[in-house]
Formats: sequence, C-alpha cells, structure tokens
Amino acid sequence: MMRRSLAVVLIMLSAAVAVGAVSSARWERVPAKDHVRINPLTGQPEAAMAGALLYREHCEQCHKANARGDGHKRPSLRSERLRAASDGDIEWFLRQGDLGHGMPSWSSLPEAQRWQVIAYLRSIQ
Amino acid sequence: MLSILFKKALDRACWLAVCATTLISAAGRAQDKPYFVTYSHDLEEPGNLEIETKTALGRPYGGDNFGATAMELEYGTRAWWTTELYLDGQATGGDSTLFTGWRLENRIRPLMRDHAINPVFYVEYENTSGADKTILEVTGHDGQADLAEPNGEARKEHQHEAELKLILSSNVRDWNISENFISEKDLSHAPWEFGYAVGATRPLRSAASSRECTFCAEKFIAGFEGYGGLGDTFALTMRDTSHYVAPLVGWQLPKGVRFSFSPGFGLTSTSLTRVYRVGLAYEFNQIGGWFHGSHGVTEGGAE
Repeated sequence: MMRRSLAVVLIMLSAAVAVGAVSSARWERVPAKDHVRINPLTGQPEAAMAGALLYREHCEQCHKANARGDGHKRPSLRSERLRAASDGDIEWFLRQGDLGHGMPSWSSLPEAQRWQVIAYLRSIQ
Repeated sequence: MLSILFKKALDRACWLAVCATTLISAAGRAQDKPYFVTYSHDLEEPGNLEIETKTALGRPYGGDNFGATAMELEYGTRAWWTTELYLDGQATGGDSTLFTGWRLENRIRPLMRDHAINPVFYVEYENTSGADKTILEVTGHDGQADLAEPNGEARKEHQHEAELKLILSSNVRDWNISENFISEKDLSHAPWEFGYAVGATRPLRSAASSRECTFCAEKFIAGFEGYGGLGDTFALTMRDTSHYVAPLVGWQLPKGVRFSFSPGFGLTSTSLTRVYRVGLAYEFNQIGGWFHGSHGVTEGGAE
C-alpha cells in the first residue's frame, strides 16, 4: 500500500516537472536577439488603447474579453508565465504563432500593431 | 429536373448567405490581403468561417459585357489548414445568367514556424462548365476568346480539373510579398497547364489608432498583383497567353466587413483589355464552436 502511494506521488511529481519543462520551453525557444527586444511603445497609454482595439479584433474571439481564456483549451493571458516573459519573447511568439496547437501566426499584422497588443497585455496584468 | 431543383436550392442558399453577410453584425474581422488571384500564406483562423464574394467584370473582344461572381466559403480547419468551397456563377449581357460550377480547395502550411519565405501547398478540385468567367486564375493559353463564347455553347463543356499551387509568401517590413506557381490538369485527356501570380501589399499605416475609426489609413491596404498563363505541356511558351497587372486596394469596414477593388489591365492581345474586380468579405468567428463546443485553439496557445 505504502509502495503504491509512493509510486503515485512520484508519477505526479514527474508529470508536474514534465509540464513545467514543456511550459518554460516555450520561451526557451526564443532566439536571444528576440528575447532582449524591448517594446518601443512602453509607457505610451495610446499604444495600450490601440492594443485594446486590436485585441478585440483579433484575440478576443479565442482568449475572451477578459483575456482569461476559457479555462480549458484557450489559455488565459493574465498569467505568471506571461508576466515573466520579456516583451521580445511575446513579440516572437505572436509573430511565430503555435500552429500545431491552434495559435495562428500574426506575422501578417504590422510590427507596430504587435507591439501595441503587447502594450495592452502588459496593462492588464 | 433534379438538376434544376438543385440549382434553385443553391440560388436560395447563396441569397441567404449574402443576406446573412449583410445583416448579421456580431462577428469578427476578415484578415486577408485584398488579392483576387494571388494567395499569401495567411490562413483562416481555426474555427472561423469567412464568406467572400469575388466579382469580375469585363468585356471580351467580339463578346458582351459579363459579370461573374465566385462565392467563397473559407473555413479554418486548423491553424495550418484552411478549406474552401467556391460556388461560381455569371451573367452575360444579351445572353443569360447561370450557375457555372463549384470548386473545393485545401491550403496547408507544411512548416509550423514563420520563415523568411513561407510555403503553402494548395490542392483544388474544380467541377465547372466552360461558361465559367470568374478568372480566379489564368493558366495555359486562357484568353478572351474563351470568354466570348455564347453561354448556350460554353455551358455544354464540362471541366473536371485538378489544380496544384505552390504558394511562397513573405512578410517583410509590413509588406507582404507572395508568389504562386500554378499547374492545372483537366482530368480528361488534356495537357497540364501552367500559370503564375505574384503580388505585394502593404497597409497605408503600420500603427493602429487608439480610437475606433473607419477612414484611418491603417484600415486601407494597397498593392498590386500580376498574373498570367505560361502555356502547357504541349506548348510551354508565352505565345498566345494572357497576362494582367492590377493595382489593388482593400478597406476594412466596421462590423467585420472588408471591401476590395482592383482594376486589371491586359498586357497582351490575348488578354481582356480591362477586368474590374470587386470583393466583399465577412468573417464569422468561431463557428466551429457552434457545432461541437470549443474548437480551434488547443492546449498550449499563447499563454
């Protein structure tokens, strides 16, 4: 009985470590030159306002108006992971998307608009 | 008899869809570039349905004015896979109005990352009649003589065609530059036909306004496209082929409607002298979820 409980705990711990590794791996894929980029629109309230409109046009349909996702398949954008990411990490991710997991690439948006979305996301954390 | 009933039902379905496009307001925004012939690597967002009409207006030498509309239903099956159904029809002055067929196409992005050049594979099956005048692509020795044939004669010709395209597309400094290589084969005993389409577009302003607006510069996308035929396996030559160059403008209207317009100019004697194109698009968000709960974005996403 004791051995079975220990096995269950070990499996759960391994799973948690694996999930953590996969989650953090998302930002580890970001090239160094992109990781260090800083949002040129930081501190401009108009950028966050414009970003809010862009969010409504392009992101809200999946991530919901409150940016909390659906708690299941559409992830929340008010998360520790997003707060911990650099501006450059998020810009890279928006540009690349994650096609295999349903996140489209937003490279078709002008770069300035991607930075505006990031300014908005920062403002709601 | 069955065919007439089917066409009537199809007409009604088209009208319903057009009315829905016009009336329903709770939807998202179309994202595509205002290309009419060229494809970029932009795919439909997963779970979204875009309805677009693409109308071509022209007059072939020795023929009558015509207007041909392709109604396009584009669904984002996955973030890397888009499926489209086209329903084509045309009206020719002094002649008749008729349904000219349908096309089913799939576009697939084989690479999951964004690169300097992004390939997309395009596969299409067409079941159209010879009276089709939508000019959604130009291949082989297509020319204005094909468009001058009376509907009564042209509709007797049935075309079952497979079409393959290699789409290469890049986003560079807010410009989109796309090149398409087209090959088309009538599934009867006919040669492969080849064509091309190239285009470039850019929004008039990169940054978005902080207030809602209709006439802001960033709501307009301008550019051009060029397209034409490259002969076929029997005569791989540019002789007797059509080529066009066409400036483009796209306007993102409120309520998720996109309008696009393009006057095209023929560059050879085989081409139409001018062809005007008008497009109207509307995007329904996350219709996949209407049928089977949450669909589209899956675990991972942007968190």
